[in-house]
Amino acid sequence: MTTMTYSSSDRMRRGVSTLMTTLTFLCTLLAVGALLVILFYIAYRGIGSLNFQFLIDRPRPVGEGGGIGNAIVGSLVLLLISSVVGLPLGICVGIYLSEIGRGRIGGAVRFIVDTLTGIPSIVTGVFVYAILVLPMKHFSAMAGGVALALIMIPIVARTTEEMLKLVPHSMREGALALGAPQWRVILGVVVPAAAPGIATGAMLAIARISGETAPLLFTAFGSRFFPESLNEPIASLTVQIYNYAISPYDEWHAQAWAATLVLMTLVLGINIIVRFLTRKKF
Amino acid sequence: MSAVAQNRKLKFAGNNSTWRRVLSPTGNTGDAIFRVLMLFVALLMVGIVVAMVFALATDSMLSIRQFGFGFLTSQRWDPIKGEFGALPFVYGTIASSLIALLISVPFSLGIAIFLVEQAPHYIARPVAFLVELLAAIPSVVYGLWGIFVLAPVLRQYVEPALAKTLGWLPLFSGSITGIGLLTGGIILAIMVTPIISAVVRDVLAAVPGSQREAALALGATKWEMIRVVLVNGAPGIAGAVILGLGRAIGETMAVTMVIGNRPQISWSLFDPSYTIASAIANEFTEATGDLYLSSLVELGLILFLVTFFVNGVARVLVWNVTRKSGGVGRAA
Repeated sequence: MTTMTYSSSDRMRRGVSTLMTTLTFLCTLLAVGALLVILFYIAYRGIGSLNFQFLIDRPRPVGEGGGIGNAIVGSLVLLLISSVVGLPLGICVGIYLSEIGRGRIGGAVRFIVDTLTGIPSIVTGVFVYAILVLPMKHFSAMAGGVALALIMIPIVARTTEEMLKLVPHSMREGALALGAPQWRVILGVVVPAAAPGIATGAMLAIARISGETAPLLFTAFGSRFFPESLNEPIASLTVQIYNYAISPYDEWHAQAWAATLVLMTLVLGINIIVRFLTRKKF
Repeated sequence: MSAVAQNRKLKFAGNNSTWRRVLSPTGNTGDAIFRVLMLFVALLMVGIVVAMVFALATDSMLSIRQFGFGFLTSQRWDPIKGEFGALPFVYGTIASSLIALLISVPFSLGIAIFLVEQAPHYIARPVAFLVELLAAIPSVVYGLWGIFVLAPVLRQYVEPALAKTLGWLPLFSGSITGIGLLTGGIILAIMVTPIISAVVRDVLAAVPGSQREAALALGATKWEMIRVVLVNGAPGIAGAVILGLGRAIGETMAVTMVIGNRPQISWSLFDPSYTIASAIANEFTEATGDLYLSSLVELGLILFLVTFFVNGVARVLVWNVTRKSGGVGRAA
């Protein structure tokens, strides 16, 4: 038997392989590092201005403190409107895509839903401005909620579709064999079986839209007061952060960081909870 | 699939009209109502997209009539004189997106390769989740971070270094402010990396294991094996990159906050620029006059059409790759 010797080209190949695989590791390390740097920086800057008064007060002029109470309430109102409008519609579209529309119309609807997912949210804002704000002649919480719902529907629709497709066919067959009509099978057997998955999809969609700013700029607009009606402009955490971030005042910058900490707690909290709940299943 | 089989049997057996069969293949009234309802909601989605095109087109008619195709080729954006040309925004959008892709594509590939080909799954899963969390951070938060962290770092360290070493290139000349095209591009790169790497991961995972085994059996090193996998997934990777491009083009808040918002075309990456999306975000509520507003809506229409096209191309590419993994043998 001859002894194994590596030629220089072999050594070169091995060297390149080690180098490149190390580089891919470094890429991953850098991405995770960037995430941690951003998160810790937000916590570091945000925690300083965060106190109970800040969470319940409304904005005040520079030098007088003030808080984000109205923005938190406004964001919750907007999330509520968009969930009431968007969740049922999104789930119905998901049911259609998974259980009914298997033909050409289904393909077209799926394509349209995917298209809606890719539309920049600022364009959704312009659209809602054109169909709601212009005719009503003023910004309103309703318009903001509808804009967010339009972003939410395609996300909910596709996750619902995926979740319904995970339900085993034997369950549908069993129910049909017992003589149940298709609508009873879908609403009574298939959808309940997929309910946890649909719920997590809905939560992710809510997390996604709670961070949206662009579609709210000229629909919900923003406000310095607590909301009194759905028919008038309303504050939101994201728009408040934007306005404070681009202002020239250090005090407002500090408040923007504190508001960001609140927003990030909400968004990351939902994401991590969803991850925890779905950890075993997928 | 018995429901489908049953539907089909009834479809052929019944002598109902076509509509009856479409609405209620099972012959149950409840089913007919349910199907009509679901179909109505599904068609509502189609209606929304049609309404979107229609509303954007209607409201930008004034600007389209006034400027025609020249809207895209004119450099002048002067609301006071009533002259509106979108070229600076088109340039800013393309340039910032390209910078973003140049930075994020190598990183995204590296991350995807590491997670699919190298890391054991008990490391890959949590790390993949952390990378995806980058995509969960809201745009406005990236913008805030960009203004107060990234821009100062670029102004103090990165841009002076670039100007010193590569300053003879027009790309790296000009005044250093930390706010401009480069900053916008870098923020976008961080934002699209999780999106591109997630899709590339799916694409790589869809490449059959036999390809890897064959490469390794022929004596390939790990990296040579990975190259085989990359070649196999190339169309899907292209799709992922284009998907990232679509996202970068439409991204609004973070870019608006760091790009400087000045409608100019400059060679220098340090100079302020303006994108289509940030022009809409920044000027829409301040637009006085119908022509001004109409021009901004036309920008929205352009953004809609471009992202529609880009996303369509990306989806076809990604689908083709990930669908093939469904079992049917791959054509060479």
